Amino acid sequence: MRRWAGAVFPVAAVVAALLVGGVTLALLGADPLEGFRAMIEGAFGSGRALADTTSKAVPLLLVGVGITIAFRANVINIGGEGQIILGALFATIFALAVPDLPAGLMIPALLIAGFVGGAIWGAIPGALKAYFNVNEILSTIMLNIVAVQLMNYLLRGPLIDPAEIEAGTRIPQTMRLAPSGDLPVLLEGTRLNLGAVIAVLFAIAAYVFLWRTTAGFRIRAVGLNPHASRYAGIKVKRSIVAALTLSGALCGLAGVILVFGSESHRFVTDGSSTGFTGNAGFNGIVAALFGGLHPIGTIPASFLFGALLVGANKLQRVVQVPAALVVALNGLVVVFVVSSAIWKRRLEQRYLLEDSAKELVDQPAEVDDG
Amino acid sequence: MPRPETADRAGLDLEMRGIVKRFPGVVANDHVDFDVHEGEIHTLLGENGAGKSTLMKVLYGLYHPDEGEILINGHPTTIDSPRDAINLGIGMIHQHFMLVPTLTVAENVTLGLRSPRGPLLDLDSVSERIEELSATYGLQVDPGAYVWQLSVGEQQRVEILKALYRNATLLALDEPTAVLTPQEVNELFATMRSMTAEGHALIFISHKLHEVLEISDRITVLRSGRNVGTIRAEEASRERLARMMVGREVILEPEKPPVEVDGVRLMVKGVRALSNRGTEGLRGVDLDVRGGEILAVAGVSGNGQRELAEIIAGLRPTTAGTVAIDGVDVTHADPGRRRDLGLSYIPEERMRDGAVRDFSVAENLMLHQFDKPPYARHGFLDFAEIRAHCDLLIRQFDVKTPNPEAPAKTLSGGNIQKMILARELSTNPKVLVAAQPTRGVDIGATEYIHRRLLDQREAGTATLLISEDLDEILALADRIAVIYEGEIMGVVDRADANIEQIGLMMAGIREEAGSTPPAA
Repeated sequence: MRRWAGAVFPVAAVVAALLVGGVTLALLGADPLEGFRAMIEGAFGSGRALADTTSKAVPLLLVGVGITIAFRANVINIGGEGQIILGALFATIFALAVPDLPAGLMIPALLIAGFVGGAIWGAIPGALKAYFNVNEILSTIMLNIVAVQLMNYLLRGPLIDPAEIEAGTRIPQTMRLAPSGDLPVLLEGTRLNLGAVIAVLFAIAAYVFLWRTTAGFRIRAVGLNPHASRYAGIKVKRSIVAALTLSGALCGLAGVILVFGSESHRFVTDGSSTGFTGNAGFNGIVAALFGGLHPIGTIPASFLFGALLVGANKLQRVVQVPAALVVALNGLVVVFVVSSAIWKRRLEQRYLLEDSAKELVDQPAEVDDG
Repeated sequence: MPRPETADRAGLDLEMRGIVKRFPGVVANDHVDFDVHEGEIHTLLGENGAGKSTLMKVLYGLYHPDEGEILINGHPTTIDSPRDAINLGIGMIHQHFMLVPTLTVAENVTLGLRSPRGPLLDLDSVSERIEELSATYGLQVDPGAYVWQLSVGEQQRVEILKALYRNATLLALDEPTAVLTPQEVNELFATMRSMTAEGHALIFISHKLHEVLEISDRITVLRSGRNVGTIRAEEASRERLARMMVGREVILEPEKPPVEVDGVRLMVKGVRALSNRGTEGLRGVDLDVRGGEILAVAGVSGNGQRELAEIIAGLRPTTAGTVAIDGVDVTHADPGRRRDLGLSYIPEERMRDGAVRDFSVAENLMLHQFDKPPYARHGFLDFAEIRAHCDLLIRQFDVKTPNPEAPAKTLSGGNIQKMILARELSTNPKVLVAAQPTRGVDIGATEYIHRRLLDQREAGTATLLISEDLDEILALADRIAVIYEGEIMGVVDRADANIEQIGLMMAGIREEAGSTPPAA
């Protein structure tokens, strides 16, 4: 039980959320069992469904890993949405400006552009937090709004597809971006593309970064105890900025994949704040929490959460419930996952008490022998 | 008033027989017998982890014993919760106070109790009763004062009043003197004596042997969860108690060979700094520490000791003056630069400044040099080097940990301090600032830490020892500086030091003025 506690709690939370969701379904007059069957089928039922689930999980994973790095520095990054947008904008502008690069150069260049865009949008609240003590939760949320407005302006103005102006429809989207930037599809006939591989590689890289490098050590030390870190000679402010910058950079990569891994190969939004991101900047936070704030744990967590999102769409179509229910179901999962974290902490504390009791009594026994 | 008068109630006899409390894999209490009678102070003595806290938690209903029985006034009793314990007249004064700072003394005392006037508060009658209790037991405190305004000693009085207000006739005091000044300890002991005179039974838990000998009627020593013996205070001596606690001979006063003193390694000149409250915490401090000497800073808690340590470590900005390490001006240097120049620092708040609770012992041991070769190359940690270094330090410094990967928070206070000591001394520092290095640490670890500090002195380190424990200062120091309200009252050689003179300086009377003794 002890070893599995980390995995049991989030899973139990999802089950609990689904049970409550089931009751809601029944109250709406739908058959919950039929609903759940539709969900499972929608998420895992076919190769295509699995590919859809994976595609949905990719931005969640990148955002989740980014959030994890910030959380490890004890900085709460709610700015995933804005950082995704900035990453997407940087990469899109690059692709529009230099459309003739070959794929072998284009894709790495796009990733770098997105990485830089997200990094800038993370570094701003990082610097504000470290040097001016501005609460990062507020500043990241504010920057989300700024990013959305910037995106809407650019996609309606300077970056808009000239065809939209001609047709007079003025949908906020770019033209079809350079095909050399298209992320290669891994499974013919599905949306599953290279983005999935990139995301998993970055999750592994983040793990190595946090636990095997000096910079990762600094970030974890600062997150757990800034006082002791400072006194040990670690530059605390610099580490906070670094963590939020990296966090933003990973979210920026998610933005690149959302644009260049899309079926339209355009940067499209609908004018609403989540029209482009599909809420990935927030759902990624849940995936990170769900994954125990560990880059590797975030991989299955994102997949599961992706499945939930894809499955819920199917559920909505099959049992004919209002779209709001799907949103509510997601909300329920968030509430249960977050509260399960509290239970998990309590359990860990109990284990710790037992351990320290054991250790305390062990000790003088050793002194006795001496 | 409907409440029964505490003082009029019969005392309470407690007998704990054959208490066994097991935790997974260990026996925390192994058939422990312990009893305390009305009008008596019975001390429970033992190293950290000897089972004192477990026994007290059993008594207070926080743990259920696996075997054994508790007899109250001769009747077998089960105590299932602290509420049961309180109803039986058992009170517990914890080391960490359980007070709400934003409430008044009276509000804190009555917190969680039913008001005699139904849903309405009746703070006047509470205050009246507090004043009665204060007068009976010499616990001066203003019922209308807010807890945040009170000194640590006064807050402790509030804790005792809380227990007395709940009609406790048996009180367990868990290391109550750890946070008190010598004067406050005397006041506490006076209160304890008046409580036993009124028929209360007291259980006293402490590490400080001279205090134990002073206040106890009987002393029970626990070791490894077993009762090693119960003796009367008259039969006890510091050496005997230390031997019973540790299970071997203990050197209470370490040997201090003469050491050739070197040049000035740490210089503090005219330093001023603000305290956390924004008042002037240091008001022009001058100190020099030479290689191979221990300069001790004595003083009552809160007279600028913390500020002094922090301006040297680089954790607090100065408003005037200079700090130099090994001749280099570091007044505005960050902590990392000071470390590079040869500074080590054992912080007073060891869990806040000295250790990362959720990091492993190994990570804590590397906290100051994880990014320096050979422990890191090209930004990647070299785990083989780190592991070898940590294994060595854990062995050298006798840190009791199951393995280097165990989280620091699972270690006892003494072992955490050894871990910090290992880290700070592993670089063979030129300058060492040791702030309250043995506070809250058991005898065995204290003995060890003292020996290490003296070894470092012989190795030529300039040590600034900040301590509130005069015994420690007298045992270790070569010179003694006394700090009072952010100023150095005077510096005396250990050889010429007399306690009376130091005591006067601690109370703010300068060295020069000390020659004319004030009227007693």
